[in-house]
Amino acid sequence: MKTKISTPDVPSLEQQQYVKKIHRNHLLIRIYQILLFAGFLTLWEVSARQHWINDFIFCCPSKLAQTLITMTSDGSLFHHIGITLYETLIGFVIVIIGSLLIATLFWWNETLSKVLEPYLVILNALPKSALAPVLIVWLGANKTTIIVCACSVAIFGSILNIYTGFTNVDSDKVKLIETLHGNRFQCLRLVVLPSNVPNILSIMKVNIGLCLVGVVIGEFLAAREGLGYLIIYGSQTFKMSHVLLSILILCVIAMLLYLILQQLEKKLIEYF
Amino acid sequence: METPLLEFFNVNYTYHTISCETLSLKDISFKLYKNEFISFVGPSGCGKTTLLNLVAGLLPITSGQILLKGNSGTNSDANIGYMLQKDHLLEWRTIYKNLTLGLEIQKKLDSYHLSIIDELLKTYGLWDFRHAYPRQLSGGMRQRAALIRTLALSPDILLLDEPFSALDYQTRLNVSDDIGSIIKEKGISTLLVTHDLAEAISMSDRVIVLTKRPGTIKTIVPITFSIANRTPKSVRNTPEFNQYYNKIWEALYDENEDFNS
Repeated sequence: MKTKISTPDVPSLEQQQYVKKIHRNHLLIRIYQILLFAGFLTLWEVSARQHWINDFIFCCPSKLAQTLITMTSDGSLFHHIGITLYETLIGFVIVIIGSLLIATLFWWNETLSKVLEPYLVILNALPKSALAPVLIVWLGANKTTIIVCACSVAIFGSILNIYTGFTNVDSDKVKLIETLHGNRFQCLRLVVLPSNVPNILSIMKVNIGLCLVGVVIGEFLAAREGLGYLIIYGSQTFKMSHVLLSILILCVIAMLLYLILQQLEKKLIEYF
Repeated sequence: METPLLEFFNVNYTYHTISCETLSLKDISFKLYKNEFISFVGPSGCGKTTLLNLVAGLLPITSGQILLKGNSGTNSDANIGYMLQKDHLLEWRTIYKNLTLGLEIQKKLDSYHLSIIDELLKTYGLWDFRHAYPRQLSGGMRQRAALIRTLALSPDILLLDEPFSALDYQTRLNVSDDIGSIIKEKGISTLLVTHDLAEAISMSDRVIVLTKRPGTIKTIVPITFSIANRTPKSVRNTPEFNQYYNKIWEALYDENEDFNS
């Protein structure tokens, strides 16, 4: 709900021209974006057909389309996409709930947060792909390993960021709750959590991408299905169209997940 | 003699950091009676806000004694309302939800207390805005909303910590007149902390001047005006106003030597 500023029923000529100009500018940007993509595909296809590049190694858009059609019609593509999405979303939910709980615990007990902070910083900086082989040995080559791998990529940074957001809450707002005789839990519920909604949403936007990265790392090493598996399997059997198609789909998935969260953010941000 | 609502007996307050301890308030004694309005003025950092925090029980006193309605601070049933420098309305709640915040926290969301809020909303011209969000209100309206949030709990003592300093000058005059009248009319005992001498004089029955750190009471100036029905606005034109202003200014001037030399 925004304040309505009264405007005359018919906007002035200048206003109309201004709006038109803005719209035209937006349209142009979109056209350039599409042209760039189409140009890239054309160049790729032409180079392959003219044998400027080896289409066995570099593949080409028409082969990709063919693979897409075959894999769609036998349903195998959807199966792999489904597996990867499932693992990513489970990992994401665990990361968000887990990091919220742990950040709350840290906010509640400052000593605990001080004790654990250096460990978190180290774990956050550690390249998580180094952990994946260890996880396979410990947990076996299964979905659990992949989900744990996804969580390990995102959760440490997420905890640190959410906790920072919690500690940066306007101390006078906390004082306000104290002057109204509120306890610490009410402070959390009434001020700390709501004022951190924008922060948490932007952390979620980053984490959904990180979880996808974690899942693909996990699938490289420990899977018999999923897009990460498809990439490794494709590259080992020189089915480059499988590899590139999977990468392309990963791009689309990453973008869609991000857009969904962005829409959610837009809906909610108005109130915070 | 009636029991004062609030009594300070030789109160000291020291705050500690790793590198040092700082005596912030020293030997503060005063009494606040029912319906009385006392202002504190003093140089920056003299512990004015600390003093209000002590009254509100947000900080423990180092030594001395604070009595609320004749009982020591911790086991008194006195209800204290505290209005901070900024309005701190929560942006994600409607005005109405903001005003019921205190009731919600103290689990007093009953029809009696809600009717107090409705009454206050109507009296102070915010009724039509009760479903609006804080960002849709002007600075003055927001400040009035913050006052209603505080008054909703029917406080015995009202603490105001530079409640108008975030407002522009014109709004500030109007809002202080507004809020001054509301407080007078409701007969709420009030402690005001401010940098603005004119504001202190126009609203108070007594002005207490504090020295620079450690804050001690330098002088207490009782304020009376010969005009009837004094309001914060009307007293600003009286001859006494200027006399009080000069008197308090001089008392403060000595404290600001650092700036003068």
